[in-house]
Amino acid sequence: MIEFRSVTKEFPDGTVAVRDFSLVIPSRRITVLVGSSGSGKTTILRMINRMVDPTSGVIEIDGNDVSTLEPVKLRRSIGYVMQNSGLLPHRKVADNIATVPLLRGVKRKDARVRALELMDAVGLDRSLADRYPSQLSGGQQQRVGVARGLAVDPNILLLDEPFGAVDPLVRAELQQELLRLQHDLDKTVVFVTHDIDEAFLLGHQVVIFKKGGLVAQVGTPQEILADPADEFVAKFIGADRGKRALRVRSEAGRDVLVDSEGRAAGVLVTDDDEAGAVAAASGASAQGDQPR
Amino acid sequence: MNWLIENAGQIWQLTLIHAGLSVPPIIVGLVLSVPIGWLANRYRASRGTVLAIVGILYAVPSLPLFLVLPSIIGTKVLDPANVVISLSIYAVAIMVRTASDAFAAVDVDVLLAATAVGFSTWRRFWSVELPLAGPVLLSGIRVVSVSTISLVSVGSVIGVPSLGYFFLRGFQVGFPLEIGVGIVGTIVIAVVFDLILAGLGRVLMPWTHRRSRRTRVAIRDETPELVEAA
Repeated sequence: MIEFRSVTKEFPDGTVAVRDFSLVIPSRRITVLVGSSGSGKTTILRMINRMVDPTSGVIEIDGNDVSTLEPVKLRRSIGYVMQNSGLLPHRKVADNIATVPLLRGVKRKDARVRALELMDAVGLDRSLADRYPSQLSGGQQQRVGVARGLAVDPNILLLDEPFGAVDPLVRAELQQELLRLQHDLDKTVVFVTHDIDEAFLLGHQVVIFKKGGLVAQVGTPQEILADPADEFVAKFIGADRGKRALRVRSEAGRDVLVDSEGRAAGVLVTDDDEAGAVAAASGASAQGDQPR
Repeated sequence: MNWLIENAGQIWQLTLIHAGLSVPPIIVGLVLSVPIGWLANRYRASRGTVLAIVGILYAVPSLPLFLVLPSIIGTKVLDPANVVISLSIYAVAIMVRTASDAFAAVDVDVLLAATAVGFSTWRRFWSVELPLAGPVLLSGIRVVSVSTISLVSVGSVIGVPSLGYFFLRGFQVGFPLEIGVGIVGTIVIAVVFDLILAGLGRVLMPWTHRRSRRTRVAIRDETPELVEAA
C-alpha cells in the first residue's frame, strides 16, 4: 500500500505542481492517475520513488516514510516504465532488461537467463535479445521497457504514459498484456495517462486531476461514470456525448444501445442471456461503462 | 630519389618522434576536457565563462608559448615537454567546447530513466553519460588529433625535433623534395591516427554502427506485430 498524506510540491520557480494531495493506493491493484498535462500526475508518480521530493507532506510505502529510505536503493526496488521506453541506446535488449539486476550485483549469466525469461513474459521473441533498442519498433521497445521494469520482481510498478507514443493497435495490445501481467504477477501498479479510455480500461481505481495537482474525483470507473463529481469530470470523461452516452432503443423485440450520434453500440442483455450476445461492440469500451 | 634513400633512417626516426610528441597532448586533451566539459554542461551558468576562458587559451600563439613556457614551469628551452604542454593546452581549448556539447547532446529522457531505475550519479556518468557522449567526443578528438600533429611541426623552429625539421631545412636550402617529405609525412601520421581513432570508436561504441540496418529491421519486425494485434 502506498499512502500520500497532504503532499504538496512547489518547484523552485514557484509553480505548485501538487497541492495538499492525499490518496491511498491499494496493493495488488492498478491505480490510474489521469489528467491533462500540467496536472501534476507525473510529479506524484515520481514522488513515490523519490525522483521528486515533496515540499511538505508524507509518502509511505507499507508504512515506511519514503523520505527515510535511500533514493538509489528505493528506485532499484521499484519498477519504472516511461514514455519512449527510456531504454539505454548503447545496450542490447537483454542487457537493458538486466540493467537493474546488474546494478544490484546479480551475476551477468544469471541476469541474462532472467532477461530471456522476461522477454517471453512480455511477448518478445528471444531472437531480439542481441539487438540494440534503435533496431526495434516502438511497440517492441515499450515491451522491453516493461520487461526491464519487472526484472527485479518489484512489488510496485510505476508507469508514466508508457503507451503514449505507440500506434493505437499496438497500444490496445500492450494494454491487454499489462492487464494479463498484473493479473498473473499481482503487482501494485501506478499508471499515469492523459487518456481517459485507457484509465477506465486499466484502472481498478481511477484518480482524475484538474490543473495544478487538484483531485477532481477518485473512484472505480463505474463509480465515476455513474456519478461524476462535477461538471469538469463529466466533461473530461465525455459522459454527455459519444460512446459513453448510450440510449436504449427497441429494435425487433430487443433493446439496442445507440450512442449520441445514433450509431448502434451494442445490445442490452441481462445476466441470464449474456451468452447469447456480445455486450459492447465498441472496441475500446471500458469495463462496465454500459448501463445495466 | 637518392636523398630519400640516404635519409630514410632519419625520416623514419623523425616520424616516430613526431608521432610520439603528438600522443600525450591528445590524451591529456581528452582526459582534462571531459570533466571540465561535463561541469560546464551540468552547471549551465558556468558554461559561458568556461568556454570563454578556453577560447582565449586557443588564441595564444604557439611559438611565443613554446618560448615563454620554460620560464613559467622551469623546463629547459629545448625540452620537448614545452611542446607537449603547449599542445595539451590547445587540445583542451578545442576539446572543452566539444565535450560540453557532447554531454548536452545526451538524451535527457535516457538520463532520467537511468536515474529512475536506480543508477547513482557516479555510476550513471560512467555507464550512461560518458558512452552516450562518446560519438561527439570522438569527433572532437579527431579534430584535436589532426591539429596537434600539424602543430608539433612548429616545435622544430625552437629546435625540438619533428618532421617540421624537413620543411624548415628544405626552405632554408631551397630543396622542394625535403619540404615535400615533411608535409607528406605529417599527413600520413594524421591519417594513421585518424584511422586508429575511428577504429577505436567502432570497437568501443558498436551501437553507433547498427543504425543502417534500422529501417529494414523495423519494417520486418513491425509486420508480425500488426498481424497479431489485428
